[in-house]
Amino acid sequence: MQKIEAVIQPSKLDAVKDALVEIGIEGMTILEARGHGRQKGHTEFYRGREYTVDLLPKIKLEMVVPDELVEKAVQAILSSARTGKIGDGKIFLSKIDDAIRIRNDERGPSAL
Amino acid sequence: MRRNLVRFFLVLTLCCAPVLFAQTSTPSTSDRITKLESQVTQAQSSADNAWMLTSAALVLMMTGPGLALFYGGLVRKKNILATMMQSFAMMAIISIMWALVNYSLAFGPGTSFIGGLHNVFLRGVGLAPDPDYAATIPLQTFMIYQLMFAIITPALVTGAFAERMKFSAMATFLTLWSIVVYSPMAHMVWGKGGLLNASLGGRFPCLDFAGGTVVHITSGVSALVCALYLGKRIGYPKEPMPPHSVVLSFIGACLLWVGWFGFNAGSALGSSPLATSAFVNTHFGAAAAALSWAAAEWIRNGKPSALGAISGSVAGLVAITPAAGFVQPMSAILIGLIAGAFCYFMVIKVKAWFGYDDSLDAFGVHGAGGTIGALLTGIFASSVINPIFKDKTGAVLPSGALEGNWHQVGNQLVGVALAWIISIVGTLILLKLVDVTIGLRVTPDDEVEGLDLTQHGEEGYDFAS
Repeated sequence: MQKIEAVIQPSKLDAVKDALVEIGIEGMTILEARGHGRQKGHTEFYRGREYTVDLLPKIKLEMVVPDELVEKAVQAILSSARTGKIGDGKIFLSKIDDAIRIRNDERGPSAL
Repeated sequence: MRRNLVRFFLVLTLCCAPVLFAQTSTPSTSDRITKLESQVTQAQSSADNAWMLTSAALVLMMTGPGLALFYGGLVRKKNILATMMQSFAMMAIISIMWALVNYSLAFGPGTSFIGGLHNVFLRGVGLAPDPDYAATIPLQTFMIYQLMFAIITPALVTGAFAERMKFSAMATFLTLWSIVVYSPMAHMVWGKGGLLNASLGGRFPCLDFAGGTVVHITSGVSALVCALYLGKRIGYPKEPMPPHSVVLSFIGACLLWVGWFGFNAGSALGSSPLATSAFVNTHFGAAAAALSWAAAEWIRNGKPSALGAISGSVAGLVAITPAAGFVQPMSAILIGLIAGAFCYFMVIKVKAWFGYDDSLDAFGVHGAGGTIGALLTGIFASSVINPIFKDKTGAVLPSGALEGNWHQVGNQLVGVALAWIISIVGTLILLKLVDVTIGLRVTPDDEVEGLDLTQHGEEGYDFAS
């Protein structure tokens, strides 16, 4: 099992969710985040004072998937989240030791 | 026999006839006229009272929630409730003070500078009118209307020391301020025998229709003194402290605009054509100033901001306040255009030059706007709108400079100067007094954590719950 963490543009959330559901991944956690990589922020003006805002709104998706689905999931995210501009985001993969379903104690890939 | 009986009844009927006539005779014409006059007076009184009570409600709305929202949106999230609480505290505290002693000090008979104790505990303030103030409405209506002004004035001052003043110190300071600064100024401009009272024969008649000097200069200048005395917020100006919700400020500003109709048009003290003039001028002043501030921003920053537009409208409303019942509508537009640009300059440039942390621009908008408005009133006042000055024969005299009365600008300067002086001196003394006894600022830790939690044990927003 691997964990996929994807930081994407908020406007791409629906497209990414639809693409993941289409390949059979239905469980995920979605967080509202702020951050940046190399993307520059913007300036705002309030009563004549200039404020640089470089913490930009992002969406972070987290999901744990069985090994055989990982590459398909990554491809699904890449194709649905990409705009080609700086600020598209990143995907991180990490190994997961175990997964447990709280309802019935089920463990392992069948708990996903 | 029958002929005599007929004759008897005929005579009887003829004798009764006058009695019948007496029972249904109409009242005399003069009785009817007297009754009619009384009904007309009552109708006038009802109309005036209806408008004045409405106006009082509108002015209270300007403080709560108008100013509470306007100021609240401009501070950081952690201080939203504390900021709103400052306005609300004034609604509660000043109301009681007004009933106990402040009304008497402002509007009771006394000296040229302050009223006396004749009306403490609202003694003598009943439902009968006081012709010196407003002949067609109960004195209690006048009293409650004026109270709403007394509430919003100290509430405006809170803008200067937002996000760093102890609640206890703020409440104490502003209560004392209402006695020492507001009441005397209100007395001088509007009270019987007041030095600056243009309607009641003051020595230096200052044209201030709805409180450009009494409300805006006093609050704005006192705010500047507070900002300088208390010092800057921790982190100012390096750390970014943008408004946490321009949305709230927007709502507040719109409530202020609508409420201001009560503030200015209500100052006609009746539902008269003068109220119409004030209403119309108020509206055009606000609109023009919103445009000039937005235009200035558009030129300087490339974009007109919502915060700028609403700030401009408030600046215009401030500047038209002293002029509302004295000028022509086109003059109101001009006053608004000037005020929007002038206050923009004060907030953007002058504040940065001197570096004071007038957190919510109470001085930049109210102090500066009130000053320029009072001076422009002296220029643009027109006896056609309001024949306030008359000679001994009752002939109308020119009001303002453009009508030929350049002397009035001098009188306006006296009013403005007195407002500045009493604000500076009174505020400094009271700040020192409260600082030495209670302490004005919160601790640095409390300031960083936020006033909502540290002063009130609350959080404004809890979206997780």
